[in-house]
This record gives sequence, structure tokens and C-alpha cells, in this order.
Amino acid sequence: MEALQTVTTEQQAAVAPAPEGEVELPAEAAQAPGAQTPGDLAPGDLAQFISFRIGEEEYGVDIMAVREIKGWTSVTKLPNTPDFVRGVLNLRGVIVPIFDLRCRFGMGETEATKLHVVIIVAVRDRTIGILVDAVSDILTAGSEQIRPVPEMDRDRQERFLSGLITVEERMVALIALEELFDSGTIAAASGQAGEPALAD
Amino acid sequence: MASDSLQFEQFKATFFEECAELQSDLEQRLANLSAGSHDLEDLHAIFRAIHSIKAGAGTFRFTRLVDFSHKFETLLDLLREGRVEPSGELVDVLVRASDVVADLVEIAQSGEEAAADYGADVLGEIEQLLGGAPTTAPTEPGAASDGGPAEAGLRRYRIDVAPKPSLLRSANEPLLLLRELKGLGQLAVTVDTTRLPALHDFEPDELLLSWRLELEAECGEAEIREVFEFVEDECEVSIEALDAHDAPEPAPSEPAQAAAATPGPSDPGPVERRKGGRRAEDPKPGAQRTSSIRVDLDKVDKLVNTVGELVITQAMLAQQIDALTGDRRARLMSGLEELSTHTRELQENVMAIRMQPVKSVFSRMPRLVRDLAAKLEKKVRLETHGEETELDKTVIEELADPLTHMIRNSIDHGLESPEDRVAAGKPAEGSIQLSAEHRGGRIVILIQDDGRGIDRQRVLAKAVDQELVAADAKLGDEEIDNLIFAPGFSTASAVTDVSGRGVGMDVVRRNIMNLGGKVSVQSEPGQGTTFVLTLPLTLAVLDGMVVTVGEQKYVVPLNNILESFRPRPQDVKTLVNGGQVVRTRGEFTRLVSLARIFDVPNATHDPSQGLVVMVEADGGSVIGVVVDELLGQQQVVIKSLEANYDPIEGISAATILGNGQVCLILDLDSLEAMDRLSGPHDAAAAGLAEIETEGRAAGPADDPAPGEHKDSESGR
Repeated sequence: MEALQTVTTEQQAAVAPAPEGEVELPAEAAQAPGAQTPGDLAPGDLAQFISFRIGEEEYGVDIMAVREIKGWTSVTKLPNTPDFVRGVLNLRGVIVPIFDLRCRFGMGETEATKLHVVIIVAVRDRTIGILVDAVSDILTAGSEQIRPVPEMDRDRQERFLSGLITVEERMVALIALEELFDSGTIAAASGQAGEPALAD
Repeated sequence: MASDSLQFEQFKATFFEECAELQSDLEQRLANLSAGSHDLEDLHAIFRAIHSIKAGAGTFRFTRLVDFSHKFETLLDLLREGRVEPSGELVDVLVRASDVVADLVEIAQSGEEAAADYGADVLGEIEQLLGGAPTTAPTEPGAASDGGPAEAGLRRYRIDVAPKPSLLRSANEPLLLLRELKGLGQLAVTVDTTRLPALHDFEPDELLLSWRLELEAECGEAEIREVFEFVEDECEVSIEALDAHDAPEPAPSEPAQAAAATPGPSDPGPVERRKGGRRAEDPKPGAQRTSSIRVDLDKVDKLVNTVGELVITQAMLAQQIDALTGDRRARLMSGLEELSTHTRELQENVMAIRMQPVKSVFSRMPRLVRDLAAKLEKKVRLETHGEETELDKTVIEELADPLTHMIRNSIDHGLESPEDRVAAGKPAEGSIQLSAEHRGGRIVILIQDDGRGIDRQRVLAKAVDQELVAADAKLGDEEIDNLIFAPGFSTASAVTDVSGRGVGMDVVRRNIMNLGGKVSVQSEPGQGTTFVLTLPLTLAVLDGMVVTVGEQKYVVPLNNILESFRPRPQDVKTLVNGGQVVRTRGEFTRLVSLARIFDVPNATHDPSQGLVVMVEADGGSVIGVVVDELLGQQQVVIKSLEANYDPIEGISAATILGNGQVCLILDLDSLEAMDRLSGPHDAAAAGLAEIETEGRAAGPADDPAPGEHKDSESGR
């Protein structure tokens, strides 16, 4: 924890000169290499992330992967799929699977209401939606602000996180979408039906 | 300048595209002819195709192509005028001539030079036929006296061409006509500019010139007339044969250039005469040409999606308006109804863009059969059915190779030689049937022959030999037949040794599987072999029945549905192993509960409380699918689930219902397999057999009409 605390203060200093308004600069987003994972960023590069909440936790995804954000609507269930696969949605004629991120992290199924949010993202050549509680912010972070996920607890969850950013005392975990919803992982997850996917 | 040559290249490209279309039509028509059709329309179409190719080739100076198609055309002209009798050999010449044309087009496209004597043999045959023509049937005295092409030697014509001022507006270019004439022989041209107005009255898109032409050529008048075929309505043309051979010319026409002034319109006589003649039977030569544009498939897909969204948005609007009251509601409703008519039409048309009849592949097959039969000295009759069955263009393109391969196989290995066939008591002519139909959201293509069938013993021996199966394996007939698809089975040596089939059938299977399809074979020794190809329609419309199970909706492909009913409780039997069967008309059918295999909550599990939908899977087996309710039938657009998710067992695809909700389409084949695997009743089949005997024995006792059983059973 001590180490993390230090990171926090450092980053606050780094973030401080960038006021909130700057965060929304679209030009910067265009420059940010979208396909890269945050770890690939060269020093000095800036990347933007959409941050969202699941319960008390805050997570982020690379803004370049995000296609759109929409309110929760009911989905069509797919038979014999893991719990975290909520079903499929019609996104202007394209069938898009929706994943429940809370459930994916083993925190139980989300009681989805109209206030919940689905973030449509492009992962490799697929388009998927992830169900979250609410979108909170757009963050801009330099590569030096992105910290690796601490390996201390050997949590399996860490595989699905690509880094951590700290913003104003909040810690935002960046999600490695490719890992999380890779078809191999889904297949593996559906194999162990009943077992809470990632909980310890 | 640069843009000019660019444009020229574009025209050229268009010409080759057009050639491809014309050739495909040509193939079709030739196939009709060789099938013994005597439809004049076929001949006309062939003539038009060759003529159009010739005209285009002339524009781009593909002289070889022009020369050849010109001779070809002459032959066709005689044929359609009935001066040459169509016969088997003649059709053969036509087929080969069209091959030469196709090759010449290809050569022209690649910019190479054809070998000097290329196509000479066919040309020789054509010329021979042409030479014999007038003697066979000198029917039309008028035409004959104009001089058939057989009358060799130079002939001179005076041609007056007086186009209407509007000619240019219909995209005709007189210069091309003149050039084409020049291709026939020596041409002297005199232009009459007297109708040209002063410059300030000049309209650039009006054609006010007329021409007097003197042509010295070996051709007949009909050929000259053909040059003007496409402009006949907009151009007055009079043709006058000056004199045969080298005799002095009639008085009025002094040597060419001198006789400049008098243009055609003053001399309408011959024009009228002509118009009555050939035109009557051949009303609009240009009208039937298909025209097309090429569009990126992605663009079409986007269009399809957008229209789908439009339909859904409209359905939503309708719901909103329905909630209103009063005057405005009625007005809005009527407006919306009109809109919905238009949207539906739009949707249908958009869907139709991507779909093409399978004919475009099927039409290549008669040629293949013909060539192969000749090469292998077998007699083969090819019958095709369901050519109009539509499927996605991409699938059609991928289909040609496997289909060719399988037909080749059927002829090579399936059908016996005529002698063997007669010896076996079959007609000497073998038959191959090629058919296509939609079945349950997929297209099923059957290739049936009436040959010797698969020699199972030898196939099995070979498979054991190649260690594809264990030596002591007990295989069913069907399993043995399907060994021919095993990779490694069908090597070249296997083909010659095994009298069965096998050239690269594993390759065929791989191709089909790459398309998401399946291929299987059924064979009856001595009776023939049937290949069954099942292919998906990547983007197709499916007639479906929407059913509910709990709160979920599913689409059952309508074509697979045999019937649906609510069984009486006493007709549903639960087997010891937990599986269920239902009895209808004395037959037991296995029940598959969607609620159970898909684990749907709040669904009816008792079939006698819900409904049983009897379906026939593509594999041919019949199962009863237990659902809660039928909602009605509907045409649905098939959407791939796999684009963004993994394949799901039991589900073939998805669609979007009118309310925007996604609805899953059932894959009946895998449903059956799922039930077999997942159910707690592994021994379902055994149990079924058990109860069946039991049911039969008990039949008369608890069924009032045992006679009915017999009927329905014998009917199967």
C-alpha cells in the first residue's frame, strides 16, 4: 500500500497542470495510437481512457477502442453460455454480444436498469458491449503515469488488467479487453460452469 | 489528353465486363440449343450476343475478334433465317465457335497476340457451313437475290445514311458505324453538309450530317444492314446494290466522290421495304441486353443494414402512434401505412441485390458434361432443377469449383460406359441431375447420378489398407460411403484401383466446409450415387416460425416444419432414462425440449401443456421440438452471430424482429445431437425401440382406429 500511495502523489503532481478541460481534446485522441495497449506507449505519449464504475471500483478502457456508449436495453439471452454473457443486442443491424463486467470479475450479476450503461468497444475484429454501472470520466494520461499492476496478490484478475492510473486519489484499473473477452477465455469460462468465473 | 486515354481504358474495361455477361448468356442459350430447344429466341439471343461483342471489338480494334465473330455471326444469321438447319453437329460448331470467341476476348483483354492460326479449324467449319448454306434451303427469294454470302466476288453497294438529328442523344456514334462498314471492304465516304445551319443556330447535340457511301465488299446486303441494326429507328438507311461483279454502274451514280449532294431522305422507297422485312420477327435487338454496374459488397451490406434499421424504427413509430388518440392518430396512421409499403418494397429490393440465382453456376455445367462425356466416350444427360434458387453472390462464386469437381467425378467414376449400362439393363445414356433448393435457411444442392454406385467392399478395403479405419471396424453402409471424403483416402492411385469415386473428394469437402457447409453421400449399389451439399446463405431471407419458450423467442425455419400440435397427455411417454417421446398416428417421435437443452426459465416442460413442433432436420431425421407457443410466421433476415461471438450449439444464426429485439434461429440438426449428448437418457434410441414395440402391441387396445396406423405407416 505504501508504494501505491507514493505513486498517487507523484501522479497527482503530473496530472495537476492538466485541467479537466484539456481531457476532452479530440485532436489528442486522434494522435494517440489506439491499437496500442497502454504499456506500448513511448515515454511522453498521451493516451485517453474512458473510465467507468462497477460498484465502488473504477476501471478504464482505451478511448480508441470505444465505439459508442448507450443506455442498457434488454438483450436476448444466448443459451448455454457463461453467466457473464448477458446476451446479444441489435446495434443498428449488427448482432453484438454484451458482457457483464461485474459478473466477469466474479462479483455477481448486475441488476441492470435503464441507468446502467453499455460501452460498445472494438476488440480485435469483433465488436462487443460491456455492461457497467456508469461512465464517469475521460482521462488523459502520459505513459509514465500508467503503472504496472502489482503482482503481489497473484490474483488471476491481474491478467485482465493492463495497468493502473491514479487520478485525484482515485485509482483506475485499465482493462485488457483482448484478454478478457478472447474467445478462448470465454470457452474456458463456459467450461467451468457454475464456478464464479474469477472470484477467489 | 491523359484523361482521354483514361476514359478509353474505362470504356475498354466496360466492354470486357459486358463481354463476360454476354458470354454467360451465350452459354445458357447454347445449352438450351444443345438440349434440343428450337426456340428462335435462343438463336436471336446468341446472335445479339455475338453481334454486340463484334461491335465492341470493332470499336477497340480487336481485329481478330471482329473477324471471327463476324463469320460466326453470318452463320447465326443464316441459322435464324432458317436457311441452315440446326443439327447436332451444327450446335457443336456453335459451341466451339463460342469457345473461340471467349478465348479471343480473353486474349484481347490480356493484350496478347493470338496465334495466327488460332481458331482456324472452327473457322473452316463455319465457312464450310456457310458455303453449303443457300443450297440447303434457298427459301427467301428476296434475300437470296440480294446475294447470299456464298456468291463470292466483290459487290458494290451505294448506301445512303441519313440520321435523324436526335441520333447523338441516344449515344450512338455514326463514326463507329462507318468504321464498321470499312471493316467489310473498300469504302468511299461522301458527307452531305447542306443541312448544317449557320453557326449561331448550331446545336452541338443535333446531327445534321448525312452520308453517301460506296462500299465494295464481298458481303451480302444483310450484313450491311446489320451494321445499322441498333440505329435503325433513328436513321434512314437505304442500300442499293449497284451491280454485281465489275460491270459498269447504272447511270445516276457517277464514280463515288462526284455524286456528293443528294442525301437519303429524298429516297424513302427502299427503306420502307426493308423495315417490313426482318424487323417483324426481331422487334428490338438491343432491348434485351442486360446491363449492370459493379458495386462493392460492403456497400450493399451497409445498405441492407440501414434498411433493416429503417423497418425497425418504423415499427417503433407505429407503436408510439398507436398510443395516441383522436384525429391526428388516424392521419398519422395512414401516412405511416404508406411509408411501410415503401419500406417493405425498399427492403425487398435491397435484399435482392446480393442474392443471385444459382443459375450462374449451373449454366456452366452443361458444357462440362458435354466435353467430358465426349472425352470419356460416355453418354450423359444433364438435368438441372431449381436454377432460380437464390443465394448469396459470394457463396455462388465459391461453389463453382467444388461443383465442377463433383460432376466430373460423377461422370468419370459414377457412370458406366454405354455398353456396361446396357448390359446392366439401364438405358445407354446416363443421367446426372443437378438440383438446388432452399431448406431451412440453407441451400441444398443435390448431384444425383444413376451410375454404378459406390463399391463399398473396395472402398473399405482401401481404407483399411491406408489405415484410415481399423481392420476389424464394423461400419455401416453410409459410414463406408462417406469414407471417400476422408483426407488421404482419395489419392490418385486409389482412384484407378478403386472403381469407386475419390479424386480429391477431401478437397471438395474442405472447400464446402470453408463455406460453412456440409457434404455427404448416399449410394445404392447399381442404382447410383447422390451427393448432398448443404450450404448456408450468409445473408439471406428465411421464412421462419417464431416460437416462444418461457420469455425467449426462437425462429424455427419454416421449411423444416412438418406440423405442430398439442399432444394429449396419454400420447406423451417418458422413457426410463428421462427422454420423452410423443405418439402421432401410431408413430413415436423423440421430443426435444428447448426449455431443457437451452436451460430456459419459466418455460413449459410438459409437452401436453405446450406445443410440439414436428420438424425434419436437414439430415432427414424427424424430431418434435417442445415450445410454449407459436407466435406466427415471418420473413427474417439472417444475421451472423459468429461475427462478434463464437458459434453456439443449437443456434444457426440470429435475426432481428420488428421490435428491434434479436431473435435466435434454431439449428435443428444440432438440436437433435445436443439432446442425445446432454440428456440423461443416453439409451434414448433403445428405449424408443422398446416402447415402440410395446406401443404397437398395445395399439389396437387404446387406439380406436388401428387401420389408420397401417395406412400412415405404409405411406412412409
